[in-house]
Amino acid sequence: MNKFTLSTIVENKALSSDVYLITVKLPFRIDAKPGQFCILRVNGRLDPLLGRPFSIFDLEGETVKFLYRIKGKGTKILSEMKENEKISFIGPLGKWYPYPEGNFLVVAGGIGIASVYYLIKKFPERAIVFYGVRLKNEIFFFEEIKKFAKEIYVSTEEGEFGYKGVITELFQNKAKNLDLPIYACGPMLMIKELKKIVNDRKCYVAVEERMACGVGACLGCVINTVNGLKRVCTDGAVFELRELIL
Amino acid sequence: MKPSLKVKIGSLELKNPVLTASGTFGYGLEYSQFIDLNLLGGIIIKGLSLKPKKGNPPPRIYETPCGMLNSIGLQNIGYEAFVKEKLPFLRKFNTKIVVNFFGENLDEYIEIANKLSKTDGVDALEMNISCPNKETKWRKMGTEPELLRKAVKEVRAVVNKTLIVKLTPQVTDIAYMAKIVEDEGADAVSLINTFPAMVVDIKTRSSVLGTLTGGLSGPAIRPIAVRATWEVCKAVKIPVIGIGGIVDYSDALQFLIVGAKAVAVGTANFINPYATVEIIEGIERFLIEEGINNINDIIGSINEKANNAYN
Repeated sequence: MNKFTLSTIVENKALSSDVYLITVKLPFRIDAKPGQFCILRVNGRLDPLLGRPFSIFDLEGETVKFLYRIKGKGTKILSEMKENEKISFIGPLGKWYPYPEGNFLVVAGGIGIASVYYLIKKFPERAIVFYGVRLKNEIFFFEEIKKFAKEIYVSTEEGEFGYKGVITELFQNKAKNLDLPIYACGPMLMIKELKKIVNDRKCYVAVEERMACGVGACLGCVINTVNGLKRVCTDGAVFELRELIL
Repeated sequence: MKPSLKVKIGSLELKNPVLTASGTFGYGLEYSQFIDLNLLGGIIIKGLSLKPKKGNPPPRIYETPCGMLNSIGLQNIGYEAFVKEKLPFLRKFNTKIVVNFFGENLDEYIEIANKLSKTDGVDALEMNISCPNKETKWRKMGTEPELLRKAVKEVRAVVNKTLIVKLTPQVTDIAYMAKIVEDEGADAVSLINTFPAMVVDIKTRSSVLGTLTGGLSGPAIRPIAVRATWEVCKAVKIPVIGIGGIVDYSDALQFLIVGAKAVAVGTANFINPYATVEIIEGIERFLIEEGINNINDIIGSINEKANNAYN
């Protein structure tokens, strides 16, 4: 059941110049699954008008965390909000990552880690994680992921940390032949490369699109799939990679 | 004592003057998880055509200052699926069901209007005359007075339920268009639909939408909608439903004061799923505070003397 409520900001912390971790407390506990998202909206103002959808990064009872990057006006204003301020909250929304039966592979690019962290944490010692970033200082929660994951491999563009290159190359080198389900989130370029590597294997991807209602009513967030137009908010945001037309 | 919020749109009796605007409330089900649909004056279902319609290519929406563009392209499941899959659920609620409809040409308008008129469970029809039809002369139905006259006349002839015609603001004189609709026998007019608008991405030098232009909605257009509603209310005797950027009860009251019998809430549903219910509660509270026992006493109560506060 989706909830709409006012949440209270517990913490809104800058992790780098443009990446923040916001923690909000709801008046009640919610039951959300990895891959689901929520919409946060700065209430009381009409510009920006719409809320912004964010993957659930972590969840404990009534406390929800979101890892986000400043991309435009909405996220900029969000980043300036302070502890104890109220923010409107709708969620949890959308489909979740189908639960893995055994070990599983994770491919995360940049801020895409926001969508898969909770999955890695929920199934400890089972995820083989491939986490690619451009620069070393864009790696977030490395120690935590290391603790929850079975294995972790990191790539940076210039090789400051881990493998030098893009994460899909490292994935291809290490895991191409592992017969495990894949969970991925990251920039479109990464998803496109991944598609070339995994062909028809089980691969679940969380995608992003501009969104208004978040509940399947406005039909604003549709994307093209092999099964026709699908709503990111309610048919996704998690899709099977083979379904997507990239 | 609680004030009476009941209003009448033709033969349609609404328990309160708050409806949901077409296209912003899906088929009702999507919002039933948040609010009790029984509380609404009515639900205007998103634009329905005879056959399912795929709609426009993405991207379909873009946020603008105090508003948003959409180019959904009237995607809908078609008449048959609506009646089979959506209407039975909607009928469980004690609220009025108004179906917005359109066709690719006048024959299709008449055909679906005829079907909806005979469909049990549909309380009223809202004719969309400003939809992005295919390139036929009927595309200009909303802006060409004589096409509008003929279209309303022929649709009216097959509809024996309350017929509402939804006007586009893209005309020189919206009151004149409303008068035509009234003359041809429609029971009510609703206004305004969205404004065709455009946003350009300066890096790609292309439109941000898949269809180049889209309809602008939200609080950005509200003052224009209030003015248009006021003009139409003075020109026609049939009931008027005011639409355009209503976010809270005070916005809704502006439309009622200039003469609208009811309002429809659209974009606000996206930012607050409780918007409609909060607006109903807010109107009721306002009437109590102002000592007004009947909503109809505030409708059309606009003081048309210029505001001389500073003279």
